[in-house]
Amino acid sequence: MASVSTNQFKGGLKFMLDGDPCSILENELVKPGKGQAFNRVKFRNLKTGRVNERTFKSGDSVESADVMEIELEYSYTDGEFWYFMDPETFEQHAADANAIEDCKKWLKEQYVYTVTQWNGSPLLVTAPNFVNLTVTDTDPGLKGDTAGTGGKPATLETGAVVRVPLFMNIGDLLRIDTRSGEYVERAKA
Amino acid sequence: MTTSWKPTADITTLKRRAQYLADVRLFFAERGVWEVETPILSPAAPTAPYLDSFATDYTPIGTQVKQTHYLQTSPEFSMKRLLAAESGSIYQIARVFRNGEQGRLHSPEFTMLEWYRTELTLNQLMDEVNALLQQVFNFQPVSRLSYRGIFEFYLKINVFNCTDEVIKQCAIQRIKGLPEGLDMDRDGWLELLMSYIIEPRLAAMKLPLFIYDFPASQAQLAKIKKDSVGNKVADRFELYIDGVELANGYKELLDADELRQRFESDNQQRQQQNKPEIPLDENLLAAMQSGLPECSGVALGLDRLIMLVLDKQAINQVQSFSFEHA
Repeated sequence: MASVSTNQFKGGLKFMLDGDPCSILENELVKPGKGQAFNRVKFRNLKTGRVNERTFKSGDSVESADVMEIELEYSYTDGEFWYFMDPETFEQHAADANAIEDCKKWLKEQYVYTVTQWNGSPLLVTAPNFVNLTVTDTDPGLKGDTAGTGGKPATLETGAVVRVPLFMNIGDLLRIDTRSGEYVERAKA
Repeated sequence: MTTSWKPTADITTLKRRAQYLADVRLFFAERGVWEVETPILSPAAPTAPYLDSFATDYTPIGTQVKQTHYLQTSPEFSMKRLLAAESGSIYQIARVFRNGEQGRLHSPEFTMLEWYRTELTLNQLMDEVNALLQQVFNFQPVSRLSYRGIFEFYLKINVFNCTDEVIKQCAIQRIKGLPEGLDMDRDGWLELLMSYIIEPRLAAMKLPLFIYDFPASQAQLAKIKKDSVGNKVADRFELYIDGVELANGYKELLDADELRQRFESDNQQRQQQNKPEIPLDENLLAAMQSGLPECSGVALGLDRLIMLVLDKQAINQVQSFSFEHA
């Protein structure tokens, strides 16, 4: 495996730390007084999703991580694995429960997801920023309440529950921001 | 790939930078401190173990001779030769070079404002830095606290009488994610605590501060004296604004023999680290031998200062073309 020196550190660089693939968020040169230099690195552990900090002596090397991000279309699940397809080659990639944990409630067939692969297998699946999902269950709509004050919970086709305005009904298609998990607007079918 | 030729700072920023430079020159003109220019290339360089000069070769036309010359890391040595030649108080806005240093607050090439005042004490020089910051850059007045005081305040340790081990353990407990088995001397750990613990707190408090009376082992080119409680300290200050180290001032060491010893001990450290030894600046040593007047001097990073005053996040945002886009 190739190694990378601290002088190549920058945001987005993928490297191995304690056996886990990590991605650099911030890298700062620390050169205190007349002393030796360090690189202070903020990174995300791509396996656990946790953000942490580590200091390296400038000039030290770390192992680079064979991590790639690809865009794949969600196909189906057999309960154990979630299958994603490359829209060009039709190649299938199976992601396990850990990999889809964060975006499970936004998974809809034929939507394209960003799949982070490590050593060729899906490590993390990230939802697009916005998805359109149909309401499958909510209290009956209140006509006339278009101000959207208050709101009510609605269950969507993927099982996600979001807060929606009172006038929404079962069967309505909604645009959802997956980063905040919030309703944005009524979507056009 | 469409914008790479463009300046890293916007034109409005660069015009404001030009105005600040003009105002700095006016500030010194009014005080009778004159502007000097000194060589950027020299066959000698500073010996400090963690300061790497760029080196290049001078080759007289028609020869294969290579004479190593270093790009200055600060104009200090030649300015002191002017002082020894009875220049009186002088300043310089100089381009300086430090190999390998690049980051949000570092650039291998940057602009330094350096000045020397004959007959001013270090306290009076701090007053002058304060006046410059207020008059030209519109900053609030800078407070003062000793090195001992700041470590007592934030870390509850007395840096002059606690053991090396206490300082090391303090750093290991307070700073997360340090390399395992990190081995450094007392000053190394102190500097790490300063960078990781104290500077962020100064930044959070928005407290501009002079820190003075450094441990004697961090004297560099400053005189050593006794503080009010009898500790041996370096007569030196550093200026921090928003947690950013901006300037370094000395009551200048005048003793040529002591300076030679400091240079030689630096070169020994370099040898231990398999770094090339640096030729001593014999011209500087000779000037000091003939007599450097009592003086105080300070070097201030102008890019960092302009970055702070214009509320930018990185020094490349106040440089016309940053190192990566030069």
